[in-house]
Amino acid sequence: MMRVLNRLLEGISSLRLTIFGLSAALVLVFAGTLAQVRFGLFFIQEEYFQSWFVWWSSSPDSFRIPVFPGGHLIGAVLLVNLIAAHIRRFSWTWKKFGIQLTHLGLIIMLAGGLATDLFSVSSYMRLKEGETKNYSEDSMRVELAVVDLSDADTDQVTAVPGDVLADGGSITDESLPFRMMVRSFYRNSELKMTGEGAGASVPASSKGTGARISVKPVPRATKMNDRDVMSAVLEIIPEKGGVSLGTWLVSDAMAAPQNFEVDGRQWSIQLRPARYYKPYSMTLKDFTHEVYPGTQIPKNFSSTINLADDVNHERRQVLIYMNHPLRYLGDTYYQSGFEPDNSGTVLQVVRNPSYQAPYIACVIVSIGLIFQFTFHLTGFARRIKPVASK
Amino acid sequence: MKRFLPYIVLVLAGLWLASSWVTPKPKPGDFDLRTFSRLPVLVGGRVKPLDTVARNSLLIMRGKQTLRLEGGVKMEASRWLADVLFNASVADRYPVFAVHNQEVLGMLGMPQADKRYCTFEELRPYLEKIDEEGKASADMEAAQRTPFQTAIYNLRNALVLYQRLGCSVQPEKATRFADEIETYAKAVATASSSLKPGAPPAEKDQLALLKTSVARYESQSQNAYMLAVVPAAGGQVADWLTVGGALIRVDSPQSIPASVAAFVDLGDAFRAGDHAAFARAASEYAGWLGIEQPALAGRSAYEWRFNHMEPFYQSMVLYVAAFLLACTSWLVCPQGLRKTAFLLLLLALAVHSFGMFSRMYLQGRPPVTNLYSSAIFVGWGAVLIGLVLERIFRDGIGAACAGMVGFITLIIAHHLGSSGDTLEMMQAVLDSNIWLATHVVVITAGYSAMFLAGFLAIAYVVLGFFTRLLTRETAQKLGRMVYGVVCFATLFSFVGTVLGGIWADQSWGRFWGWDPKENGALLIVLWCALILHARWGGFIRQRGLMAMAIFGNAITAFSWFGVNMLGVGLHSYGFMDKAFPWLLGFVISQGLLVVLTRLPASCWRSFRNAEPRDAKAAGFEVAS
Repeated sequence: MMRVLNRLLEGISSLRLTIFGLSAALVLVFAGTLAQVRFGLFFIQEEYFQSWFVWWSSSPDSFRIPVFPGGHLIGAVLLVNLIAAHIRRFSWTWKKFGIQLTHLGLIIMLAGGLATDLFSVSSYMRLKEGETKNYSEDSMRVELAVVDLSDADTDQVTAVPGDVLADGGSITDESLPFRMMVRSFYRNSELKMTGEGAGASVPASSKGTGARISVKPVPRATKMNDRDVMSAVLEIIPEKGGVSLGTWLVSDAMAAPQNFEVDGRQWSIQLRPARYYKPYSMTLKDFTHEVYPGTQIPKNFSSTINLADDVNHERRQVLIYMNHPLRYLGDTYYQSGFEPDNSGTVLQVVRNPSYQAPYIACVIVSIGLIFQFTFHLTGFARRIKPVASK
Repeated sequence: MKRFLPYIVLVLAGLWLASSWVTPKPKPGDFDLRTFSRLPVLVGGRVKPLDTVARNSLLIMRGKQTLRLEGGVKMEASRWLADVLFNASVADRYPVFAVHNQEVLGMLGMPQADKRYCTFEELRPYLEKIDEEGKASADMEAAQRTPFQTAIYNLRNALVLYQRLGCSVQPEKATRFADEIETYAKAVATASSSLKPGAPPAEKDQLALLKTSVARYESQSQNAYMLAVVPAAGGQVADWLTVGGALIRVDSPQSIPASVAAFVDLGDAFRAGDHAAFARAASEYAGWLGIEQPALAGRSAYEWRFNHMEPFYQSMVLYVAAFLLACTSWLVCPQGLRKTAFLLLLLALAVHSFGMFSRMYLQGRPPVTNLYSSAIFVGWGAVLIGLVLERIFRDGIGAACAGMVGFITLIIAHHLGSSGDTLEMMQAVLDSNIWLATHVVVITAGYSAMFLAGFLAIAYVVLGFFTRLLTRETAQKLGRMVYGVVCFATLFSFVGTVLGGIWADQSWGRFWGWDPKENGALLIVLWCALILHARWGGFIRQRGLMAMAIFGNAITAFSWFGVNMLGVGLHSYGFMDKAFPWLLGFVISQGLLVVLTRLPASCWRSFRNAEPRDAKAAGFEVAS
């Protein structure tokens, strides 16, 4: 039994496995980089690097077969290999000290990378000058916001993640006096006014804006700056009485919410980017976009923000600009873009609990490598001396 | 004699370098273009001498920094610029627009030759057509354009540049510009005094003159390629104005800025062919600049000298010489030639360093800011490491490889620099000297080490396969050199990549985003790790190490240029497509060299008759 265990440990800590893992990583990164030309950065990132396997299928609907280990699998194998080798071969000598340190740093980096992939959330906050917001929006995920408008002061929001719509079926919630049946769902779609263009087009829904719009499914977006336009047709059925209110089209491409009435209360539904609410608010005081004199080359973008946090009693003005983000309560705000007419700013908001891992790892690995190579170099120079003096 | 050979060669090379320091004084019957081309203007957000503007404009239009007239007469860029600025009708007849594309030539109704240099006069009838076709191409992505569309797009850009240059210091069709602005300034003065209470109202024709003049200067200001009006003492870069913009702000004949007056005088003297007046105007203006804006004038003059010395061309020549001498040293006169090569390399590196540090001074930035400067730096780093190796091992191999890599990278830089100003301003996100000095420099130093290791390995293969010079001792030395340099490459590439991640985390909010340029850097790190682990585990021997180091060249080249050709991602600030065949050729050549390393010992001239233990040490299978 012990011998089998030993053999196993030997296997997973072997240099052969390291070589195998590194080679696989090399092939994956190269293939993934080339594939980005056709399929775009984001899609490849999901399919190649943040997956356990790279899958192949002849058409989108047919069965898939794994053709290559994905980024997570290779990373995990290398991580296990590294930890096992560390445990097994660890010895406290100066000669090995640099190598040990280097690999310890790598362990932190790989583990931190995995944690980032799993736990970090990235979103955007768009602010016009003078506007105040207490939430950021996800650029990829959408949610169905069902709002109870009956209270004039506060809106009661029930948010349904877009993935729940994808599952289909019936959507219910305690706070809602009605059910929503998903009649059709489109991951990516194209909306058209009915009667526009050639051919007869069928309205997507019986009620609301959708009665004048037709929906067509289209392949998923792959280009760098493209994103999917999710749409769904929902049938709204009040719990009391059960008489259908008809079907309603909700879509990411429709900016305005649609209203209806159930039990004498006003409701609105809207498919919108998923929101992350903050316990504080931000107001854009000023956005500036500087260019070099006599050119259109951007020199700097900066946003002056008023931060108001009633919970922690913080009220201050902050300046966010290129390479100078704001870190606040676990969120980091970056100057990311701006409205075309310079009237507002786009801040990227990242919540990454393991953002410090690479910083720590970098320091440890650098010290390790420098130590090892100087150690090696001094020995090397000593050995070379007799040759040089010939 | 033999003992002194290295020093004699060094002195000769030094003299050749020094000769470029001396610039001939203008002949009595010629314009003083030396003073003229040193005058500073603001283009592309940067203050530069007219000389640089002239060279870069010619580079964009005809691909060379000088002009060759019909009949083979060479014309300096600054002389050409003077004609463009002051004497449009003459400049319009210079052949400056390079047209390579057959279809474009056909469209212009010209005989289909390989290449033709057209004059503005010849192109004038087709301007509308070129503009229309060029605009259509401008709306397309660079990768989607056909060769015709690319050519017409470039031609349109060249024409726009030429026309904007032409109205840089005076409005179009200004013949008696001095009189014109004097009348204008007087009219402004009278008109503004008429606004005072009790003054007689301004005359109607005066007001009409003002109206047309202001419109004329405004249009000049919009089209002008350069901001030529230097602010007086204490003025900042943002205070520079175009000639038209400055004229609109004039309120009396006394308030005409010195720069406007200077260019007016220069223009009048130039058109009149008055050499003495031209020289006087140029040196008076230079004197005024020296008092008002000494720092600017000094930097502009420095850049002028830098342009004239062409340090990268000089070091390129010296690198080739050092490479040839080092190779020859393996056949004859090993000691003397090797030493000569070493000294020449030192000299070349000194000139190379001068060029690089001059660029840093002029730009106020760390050495690497774009693809062009990365090539300069890769060569510099590789030569530096090569020289250290040569100093330790003293066998000519380090010197030969350093010379080779130095030469190749400078050739690459030369071609990368053909698209205009290589000291351009940095996009906002890159505007961070700390990160440019750390991440970019370290990662580029990693490229240097990778290429040097690769070329040392190529030396191993070439010497071993084609000659009998690769002795057991040399082979072992090379093995150690390559291993050591790969260790350096690992350190630099890894630290550089992680620093890049940290920068990305600071500015984009993610440490790693699988962007092609990031992936390219990761490929180098993985390859280095693979080489080191394979060697530590005994999976590869000497030849295996060489094969992997050579393939490292291909990986580094892909990471350096290949990913920029993909045209995706955030790092697409250095897009280039013309170089693709060259990259492919390089990768294939490295592949072939790797194949050579796999051939048995009987194919290698150095190992054919070697002792079995020597062959075994090199990593060949030996039947015992």
